[in-house]
Amino acid sequence: MKELILGNEAVARALYEAGCRVLSSYPGTPSTEISEYAAKYDEIYCEWAPNEKVALEVAGGAAIAGARAFSAMKHVGLNVAADPLFTLSYTGTNAGLVIAVADDPGMHSSQNEQDSRHYARASKTIMLEPADSAECLAYTKLAFDLSEEFDTPVLLRLTTRVSHSRSPVELSQRQEIDLRQYEKDPGKYVMMPAMAKRRHEIVEKRLEEQRAWAEKCDINTVEYNSKKIGIISSGTTYMYAKEALGDKASYLKLGCVYPLPVDLIKSFASQCEEVFVIEELDDFIESHCLKHGVEVKGKALFSFLGEYSQSLISEKILGEKADTLKTDLEVPGRPPVLCPGCPHRALFYSLKRLKVFVSGDIGCYTLAALAPLSMMDTCICMGASVSALHGRNKANPENAKKSVAVIGDSTFIHSGITGLIDIAYNKSDSVVIILDNSITGMTGHQDNPTTGKTIKGQPAQTVDLEKLVKSVGIERVSVIDPNDLKNSLKVIKEELEKPGPGVIISRRPCALLKYVKHAPPLKVDRGKCTACRMCMRIGCPTISFKQGKAFIDATQCVGCGVCQQLCNFDAIN
Amino acid sequence: MSVKSIMIVGVGGQGTLLTSRLLGKALMSQGYDVKVSEVHGMSQRGGAVVTYVKYGEKVSSPIVEKGEADLIIAFEPLEATRWLEYLKPGGEMIVNTQQIDPMPVVTGAVEYPEDVIEKLQATGAFITPIDALPIAEEIGSVKIVNVVLVGAMAGCMDLPLDIWRKSIKETVPEKFIEMNLKAFDAGYGIKTCLIEE
Repeated sequence: MKELILGNEAVARALYEAGCRVLSSYPGTPSTEISEYAAKYDEIYCEWAPNEKVALEVAGGAAIAGARAFSAMKHVGLNVAADPLFTLSYTGTNAGLVIAVADDPGMHSSQNEQDSRHYARASKTIMLEPADSAECLAYTKLAFDLSEEFDTPVLLRLTTRVSHSRSPVELSQRQEIDLRQYEKDPGKYVMMPAMAKRRHEIVEKRLEEQRAWAEKCDINTVEYNSKKIGIISSGTTYMYAKEALGDKASYLKLGCVYPLPVDLIKSFASQCEEVFVIEELDDFIESHCLKHGVEVKGKALFSFLGEYSQSLISEKILGEKADTLKTDLEVPGRPPVLCPGCPHRALFYSLKRLKVFVSGDIGCYTLAALAPLSMMDTCICMGASVSALHGRNKANPENAKKSVAVIGDSTFIHSGITGLIDIAYNKSDSVVIILDNSITGMTGHQDNPTTGKTIKGQPAQTVDLEKLVKSVGIERVSVIDPNDLKNSLKVIKEELEKPGPGVIISRRPCALLKYVKHAPPLKVDRGKCTACRMCMRIGCPTISFKQGKAFIDATQCVGCGVCQQLCNFDAIN
Repeated sequence: MSVKSIMIVGVGGQGTLLTSRLLGKALMSQGYDVKVSEVHGMSQRGGAVVTYVKYGEKVSSPIVEKGEADLIIAFEPLEATRWLEYLKPGGEMIVNTQQIDPMPVVTGAVEYPEDVIEKLQATGAFITPIDALPIAEEIGSVKIVNVVLVGAMAGCMDLPLDIWRKSIKETVPEKFIEMNLKAFDAGYGIKTCLIEE
């Protein structure tokens, strides 16, 4: 029986079917659901790790111990996990180790558009790229077999459209795989120079074997139709090409994107009059072709930026464009916003009142960078808010009185704590605000070491943020309720005036959490409202202007009361 | 048959994902190849959201492009306008008339456009406006606006009625099944136009 499931769900199903025993991941769009679906299988030990480096080390340790193991992350997560990846490539894995890395062309929910295929080449690791949910399942299972055959980690490259599209998948039963024997072998598993030199030789030899495999493996497929146009592609872009060109073109679909075949590409290209490489993001396949003297067109026609589509391919290659309907209406944008009742809104309003520089981080609260709050100055990567603030304040000590860092609870555990240790250790005059909303919010509510629950919903040890912060050497730690505007303003102001480092924990659970009880919706008294628009400064999506007065949408308002504190005329009740 | 393309567009939080899942399930049960492309993550926070559903004998690309959609279900008039270009000339659009102001309108930076439905109709597209909010409220909850719209969508697709009802029963929590079925029936009763095979 076929089921209509997400690519991510199909990867999770493959973990179950392939006898995977250990999963460790950190959430990141578009990879998150893989681990959430896998957690539903009792047969797989699953966990949220504090970050991707820890996650991959856990999975690597499990594989060396003999269990099939897995880790999923978004593209930027692999930057964090790159350290273990490069050396696990040297040690090899004993039992199968598969790493899913989800790229986000078009940046639906990311801070950059990096192409993870470069990691496969840089770490000398084989990389497979599925194009739909059925391939997600098949390739993940194949990845475990390849990992064991070649004794190497295997990367599974996903993209947003593959991870977050549903297509039919045939399910099958779990195959129980016995734990492999671990044998002590320091020459293989202890990477010091003498041992690593010998392992590097093995890695290069292994790559040659993988190249030979890539020439004839059955996931690199050729389909000949009209030979006027030859298309070399992989993943979802292959699907776009297939839809745009149908049998007007022949196709070489590469299921294995590293290492790439040479002879297969040459023989395909020699059969076709004109050959195009269609790949989103970088010219990874194109440069390989050019390096081996195969004449192809790629980035001369197609962009390095964003997502492709069937219509783009049809336009670039066939010169065809679809008719469209048009109106003269100007359509205002609809950017994402902080939810009604979101505790971040009030905190950023207090920061706006203080006119401070905000060193920002990755999470829902990054949305505070948008109007009308417009209260973020920088946002680079997970954890950078804390360390970059320290750098700013060392660059010019005057900055310290007017600058703060903001970081969510999960992001703080991920990589904010190391920056805070730097602040304590190197005598920084920095104020860090931890936005503790008791959940990993932006990726859709995952538990983390501060929430008291595991990925499977079991009770867990809870990190005590106050104690943790104190134990690294921060002496002043205060806790505020961000929705109490008066007190928040007072505490933040005092902290900025004091010398030395301070941490403020802004604590209130995410308004979308099921256990959070909401007050009845608030209403504007039109008689008292003077249309001063004070209540609109916080950017609450429930408040608008109707017939010259403020209006609160009762279907959305959760009665958080922040707008009430702003009204000088007692018009909101 | 050729591949049919449907888009479900709206504002994050309006329940567009549930709608595409119901539709995908119903189409699968009829033996079609189906692809559904969803939006997760950042845009769910009150931003513009779009979901694509494609079905036919064999579907390759999971996304729908400009000029390709046979049918668009818009949960909000402004979103209907945003995605109008994606409609195939001669295609149909069902528009929920419940207006939700985006942040640039809330802050007063821009105005919400006037006479949206009339201007959409002037393009020659077949537009069916539906005020689903009061219908949903009368049945029992503002949260079932999406299922009223699923009903209206079912009215313009050639699938057996019991397939939809089964798909709803399998997708929504048990205690809400009855209310959802009522919402579906209310939407189904609204006259729309049939997508041609």
